[in-house]
Amino acid sequence: MTFEQISAILKTRKVGIAGCGGLGSNCAVALARVGLGTLVIADFDRVSKSNLNRQYYFLDQVGMKKTVALKDNIGRINPDVKIIAHDIRLAPENIASVFTGCDVIVEAFDLADQKEMIIETVLSEMPFVPLVIGLGMAGWGKNNTLHCRKADNIYICGDEISEIGQELPPIAPRVGMVANMQANVVMEILLNGEIA
Amino acid sequence: MKILLNNNREEFAGDEMTVTDLLRLKNFTFKMLVIKINGILIKKTGYDIALIKEGDEVHVLHLISGG
Repeated sequence: MTFEQISAILKTRKVGIAGCGGLGSNCAVALARVGLGTLVIADFDRVSKSNLNRQYYFLDQVGMKKTVALKDNIGRINPDVKIIAHDIRLAPENIASVFTGCDVIVEAFDLADQKEMIIETVLSEMPFVPLVIGLGMAGWGKNNTLHCRKADNIYICGDEISEIGQELPPIAPRVGMVANMQANVVMEILLNGEIA
Repeated sequence: MKILLNNNREEFAGDEMTVTDLLRLKNFTFKMLVIKINGILIKKTGYDIALIKEGDEVHVLHLISGG
């Protein structure tokens, strides 16, 4: 497929991004660059200076709501992407309505209990929507430990081992790799069956 | 009995076991887990009740922080 053919298909698709931190901001930008039609982004947080070691924001955006800053940044890359931004703390009672109509949902949370929450909610309330999760990307190096595997309709990207900690921070290269792996899986899901 | 655990064939003694049994036998001590048996989500409250039988497909995801 040519890039124009790929973009023509992606233009008709809608993807949900749960969290606009290291995984979410980078994954959203990658999907915007390839011409996704609609992105639903959700986060309650504001950009802080400590986010800039991995998240797709700029120094002059510190203090802004992440949903507002990310919408601005995507608009500067590809203004054709429709962004539906929810400045909200995602929870079991609002996930299904926030991501209604999405072809794929990307889990882009930071904390394990939040990952558990969205996986359980999507599996219970939207069991037919593929969910792409990021699992294990702290630290640096070890390119070859990053992988992607499928468990029913959950797609797992990461090394599944490296948990963040004081001595193992989440930083741009590896977080960006996993965010782009997630975007790559989303493309694979959306284009699946479209290849003649 | 033989089951498919995280896409790998594994063999266990007996005809059935609970999720709690599986977690103990495999030494899965993580707090944050997502468990599916044949595509069905098993919540924490079901770990002592939900049974795993011959031929079942089981997924155990260990959730770790970072993103």
